[in-house]
Amino acid sequence: MQAVQVKINQKMAFENTTDSGNETKAARIVFHTKDLNLWYGADHALKNLNLNIYENEVTAIIGPSGCGKSTYLKTLNRMNDLISSVRITGDVHYRGRNIFDPTYHVEELRTSVGMVFQKPNPFPKSIYENIVYGPKLHGIKNKKILDEIVERSLRGAALFDEVKDRLKENAYGLSGGQQQRLCIARALAIEPDVILMDEPTSALDPISTLKIEELMQSLKQEYSIVIVTHNMQQAARISDRTAFFLNGECIEYDVTDTIFYRPSNQKTEEYITGRFG
Amino acid sequence: MKQMNREVVTNKMNRRLKMNTLAKWIFFGITLLILCILVILLVRIFSQGMAYFDWHFLTNFASRRAENAGILGPLVGSLMLMVVVIPIALILGIGTAIYLEEYAKKNWFTHFIETNIQNLAGVPSIVFGLLGLTIFVNVFGMGPSILAGGLTLALLVLPIIVVTAQEAIRAVPNHLAHASLGLGATKWQTIQKVILPSALPGILTGSILALSRAIGETAPLIVVGALVFVNYLPSGFMDGFAAIPIQIYNWTIRPQEEFQQLAAAGIILMLILLIVLNATAVWLRNKLNRKQQ
Repeated sequence: MQAVQVKINQKMAFENTTDSGNETKAARIVFHTKDLNLWYGADHALKNLNLNIYENEVTAIIGPSGCGKSTYLKTLNRMNDLISSVRITGDVHYRGRNIFDPTYHVEELRTSVGMVFQKPNPFPKSIYENIVYGPKLHGIKNKKILDEIVERSLRGAALFDEVKDRLKENAYGLSGGQQQRLCIARALAIEPDVILMDEPTSALDPISTLKIEELMQSLKQEYSIVIVTHNMQQAARISDRTAFFLNGECIEYDVTDTIFYRPSNQKTEEYITGRFG
Repeated sequence: MKQMNREVVTNKMNRRLKMNTLAKWIFFGITLLILCILVILLVRIFSQGMAYFDWHFLTNFASRRAENAGILGPLVGSLMLMVVVIPIALILGIGTAIYLEEYAKKNWFTHFIETNIQNLAGVPSIVFGLLGLTIFVNVFGMGPSILAGGLTLALLVLPIIVVTAQEAIRAVPNHLAHASLGLGATKWQTIQKVILPSALPGILTGSILALSRAIGETAPLIVVGALVFVNYLPSGFMDGFAAIPIQIYNWTIRPQEEFQQLAAAGIILMLILLIVLNATAVWLRNKLNRKQQ
């Protein structure tokens, strides 16, 4: 049954890619992680990870606190570089390129791999300035293009109608849920390929959470999304694939339905049924 | 069984509340005392100095006769010193702070440098005067010039600017820098567009404190060789100079009552300069804050 499901999925995947051009099946893999190990000082935080992230899917990473799920997410756009005690072995390939290759500039990687953080973190600037921050960094100065980017990004994040009359006002005046959607819009503005989300709804109320979950469903048409979440129901609701992490290891990674209804590992089952975590 | 005895709690309550009220009045009294001292100081200076503080005072050179004496030379000298001090102290100070906070690896060597900069802030100003005399006046051959004096003052206030700017930069929330880096910004773009604008109010406050100190310093300038009597305007930064605090000092050591009053007038001028400096900073800070919002 499980095998059949995977097969169906792969078949659908194959059809998807043939629709969009003559890419091979391998091109559908966005991130290919091979034997990834990561240490914070002496603390072995990620152990021998091997997993692939697929295009136009929502991939959820679940697991108890301290299991390494956020660490793995931050490895994908190399935000871990900011911590000086980090040591990494193994490879992560983004669209076939090793992200740890010294000739691959992290700024270039992060232009393709955007990130939304746990706590909404808009800049203390206007809504408009928040959105155009990224495009301006990359040299876009034309006012008309910037205006278009702002509208497209805000629409993409389902925020445009709520803020269209106050684009020049400070982003701190928005509610927490609106701020988080603004951060998503800000990430969309640089037209990334992948969006990483680190517990994006954990600081939000249920209604804002619902809005962002709906948003992710529409975003995955164009983007690939990796989300770390504490909330198992959320993972079950929104993701196509789920990885279960425990103590820095990837215990099980499969299509979400399989993980939640027919997990092959006993630890996964125990976690999902709430026996620990 | 119960470890909290209600009776004891009730008995102690009264005493605790009294202490609470007492603490408030003690701190209020201390503040009042300081305010009184300040008011007495101001009243004394203004009642002594206002008689001499007029246009004539601002536009005339020093004189042996009190009724002719003015402060033009030292005023221009102090302003020209500031022209040297402000850019040099700000550029070197903020630059150092940015390097130490954003680029330097957090190891023992950086820590060693930071500790030493903090210690430098406590070194007596006359020591900086001696340093200025040795290096700028003699080794670099600048002579007792405005440039040498300004560089010496810049060195003197540099540690204060570095330390306060470091604190301001450190206070910018990390999540803002992460947001910027996450959008593919380089480190420099992040510093320029996110960190510095957020840290600017704090940096400005520290810088103004430092510059206020520079404008009031006497000892290092005397060591560097500032003049106590000038009746010409410096024509450039390599000329000799006088400064307001030196002139004030020079007047106060004269026995005649008139010169005491001149000194008070000089202090009024100095207070005005400080207020202008502070007001500029506040205005600049509000303007930048508004722009950011």
